Amino acid sequence: MVYLTRKIEFSAAHLYHNPAFSDDENRRIFGKCNNPNGHGHNYVLEVTVGGETDPATGMVLDLKDLKEIMEREVMERMDHRFLNYEVPELAGKIPTCENVAAVIWQLLAPKISRGKLTRVRLWESPDLYVDCYGEEGAA
Amino acid sequence: MRLELTRRYSFSASHRLHSPHLSEEENQRIYGKCNNPYGHGHNYVVEVTLTGAADPSTGMIAHLGDLDQFVKQEVIEPFDHTYLNKDVPAFRERVPTTENLCIEIFDRLKAFSRARLVRIRLEETGRNSFEYAGEIEEIRT
Repeated sequence: MVYLTRKIEFSAAHLYHNPAFSDDENRRIFGKCNNPNGHGHNYVLEVTVGGETDPATGMVLDLKDLKEIMEREVMERMDHRFLNYEVPELAGKIPTCENVAAVIWQLLAPKISRGKLTRVRLWESPDLYVDCYGEEGAA
Repeated sequence: MRLELTRRYSFSASHRLHSPHLSEEENQRIYGKCNNPYGHGHNYVVEVTLTGAADPSTGMIAHLGDLDQFVKQEVIEPFDHTYLNKDVPAFRERVPTTENLCIEIFDRLKAFSRARLVRIRLEETGRNSFEYAGEIEEIRT
């Protein structure tokens, strides 16, 4: 098994607010992330695909194909967008790094044409990232 | 969905690698410059990885404020700007290699109650790092 990882960067805005909480609770739980007009990050996304290399090409999955999938599924949806309002897959969810990583997993997993999506690592800032391994991901 | 959250922290500390079980010559031969008598320092980077289900009401595995507070209290405050060999009781008897420091940090942080600690990754410098995920009996999948 060989793993390949491709990295992209996108910039987006978000805010944390749960309508089931009072304004005070939202403020207390989410702090600055609850500021009503939102704020943004430069997200760094690392997508890892694992599989056996094709003997004819020496590749697990053509990087060009992975690049196009990430461009179409993630960049076009999320780059320079307000995640709460402009990404339907996140509607009704708090766009934490956990939830955004899980949505990216769901978007990418069915599109990977060779090999298997192994890990989605989403950096929200240089000191925070979330790894998603899907439903059956190993520990 | 299996999710892991990793937060990076840093602290600066000095240490000296010297084992009381070895002769002066052996200490010098094994630890080299790290055995110099007055110690030396590093900017350590600690990566703390947690796992758990994201709470549907917050979308979070653990509230980062709670984690930051716990790591600050258990690791950053007691270790930052100290001489590990003398200022941290755990290292009066144990050589403060980065391996041992990594284990010590894991043992201190595994009591975090809001999510399960998966592993600690500790960078001693930008060019070397150590990881510890507990002993077998501590690993629950």
